Amino acid sequence: MYETIRYEVDGQVAWLTLNRPEQLNSFTEQMNKEMTKALKQAGADRDVRCVVITGAGRAFCAGEDLSGVTEEMDHGEVLRTRYAPMMKALHSLEKPVVAAVNGVAAGAGMSLALACDFRLLSEKASFAPAFIHVGLVPDAGHLYYLPRLIGTAKALELAVLGEKVAATEAVALGLATTVIPQDRWEEEVRQFAERLAAMPTKAIGLVKRLLHESQEATFDRYLEREAECQRIAGLTADHREGVKAFFEKRKPIFQGN
Amino acid sequence: MSEFVSIAVRQEGPVGVIELARPNVLNALSRQMVSEIVAAVESFDRDEEVRVIVLTGRGRAFAAGADIQEMANDDPVRLEWLNQFADWDRLSLVKTPMIAAVNGLALGGGFELALSCDLIIASAAAEFGFPEVNLGVMPGAGGTQRLTKLIGPKQALAWLWTGERLSAKEAHALGVVTRVVSPELLMEETMRLARRLAEQPPLALRLIKEAVQKAVDYPLYEGMQFERKNFYLLFASEDQKEGMAAFLEKRKPQFRGK
Repeated sequence: MYETIRYEVDGQVAWLTLNRPEQLNSFTEQMNKEMTKALKQAGADRDVRCVVITGAGRAFCAGEDLSGVTEEMDHGEVLRTRYAPMMKALHSLEKPVVAAVNGVAAGAGMSLALACDFRLLSEKASFAPAFIHVGLVPDAGHLYYLPRLIGTAKALELAVLGEKVAATEAVALGLATTVIPQDRWEEEVRQFAERLAAMPTKAIGLVKRLLHESQEATFDRYLEREAECQRIAGLTADHREGVKAFFEKRKPIFQGN
Repeated sequence: MSEFVSIAVRQEGPVGVIELARPNVLNALSRQMVSEIVAAVESFDRDEEVRVIVLTGRGRAFAAGADIQEMANDDPVRLEWLNQFADWDRLSLVKTPMIAAVNGLALGGGFELALSCDLIIASAAAEFGFPEVNLGVMPGAGGTQRLTKLIGPKQALAWLWTGERLSAKEAHALGVVTRVVSPELLMEETMRLARRLAEQPPLALRLIKEAVQKAVDYPLYEGMQFERKNFYLLFASEDQKEGMAAFLEKRKPQFRGK
């Protein structure tokens, strides 16, 4: 069903693995489309309560496959038809999404990681905001997410200077959640994903919805959306379970809705 | 009202709810479905107990356009004899406030149905559009007229020519949609509004609706004359006496629609 990625559901975690290791998992049209489809599939699957995006081999994702770039290419149309649907599918996915950045995340590969909710970095991971070196602007939502993560000044430094950011540096900048030692990489990524998958999924989705709203809405509008989201959360079984467990002095068991 | 096959109708206190109920075809508006909707709306309109009518769709669409199969082989002569749009004209004559609770796709006739309602509450996941142009035709149940009156010709033409869809947010920004709410709360919020309107003086709501409709079609002077007549007319109602007495006595009014 998928050729350029792997889609595996293990327990309540969906693993989306970019799977063109020879080409450092660079994006082709097919891979954009398969990612869009996989993200929608993970969103629609009620049993999936956490999504992990990672790369096969030594890279996370090297961005657009430059071997496909031609003189006649309309870069705007490439973004509209290939990247925008993928980024919209990711942006509207109301479940926790983890980028398990196993190696270099360059160009649109870095954008993909920025659009996730958490970035776990292996010691070998790095971010390469390389667009400027080929005379282009950061794309695939890059400059939407970057200033929201690290502020405008640092975002501009990265985008304009285009210097590679090593894993430890990325954490210091606020670009990543944590760096995981190589020998514990797979185990700790899995533990992190499973921890998220056991949390109140609906409430996490609503947190994401409100954070998006807070970027766009007026304060009055935001407060109305907040009331709506709390009403929705207040109707979930997980809310009742959480309160019940609190009074019974035990750990809650969340079902995700 | 058990004779309906394409819609489900229920009454919740003073609110009449009509649910388009062909989710497997995304509530495509067959001629029968339109007849049933109009019959149900008119029946509620005649019922003094029903103060507000809510229209919504079952499943993931509000209504995704007309039933194309049904009209693929139509010709102008048959369409003239069918006179199917007369049903739609009757919707414009309904006096009870109508709210569309748009849960998903509202395309073509589905969009026109929503536009035929007085208020539109949209789920954040709703989408609106007129894809008729992609089939070599155009809207026929008021789409070009109602959309243009709402958002002006420069915006309306762009949407009608391309057939592109408006998100709920865009539709709200353009003034097509009254309010956008979280998908999970669409019916709860719509019913909250419906119940609130049901407590307002019904005669005033009806005459306000009529005056606002005239505002869209009449020149300003004629519109103001019309408004004045309705204003005077309300002074013939018991609700006006009750409303003003309650205001002066600093208590809550009890409106009875008389």
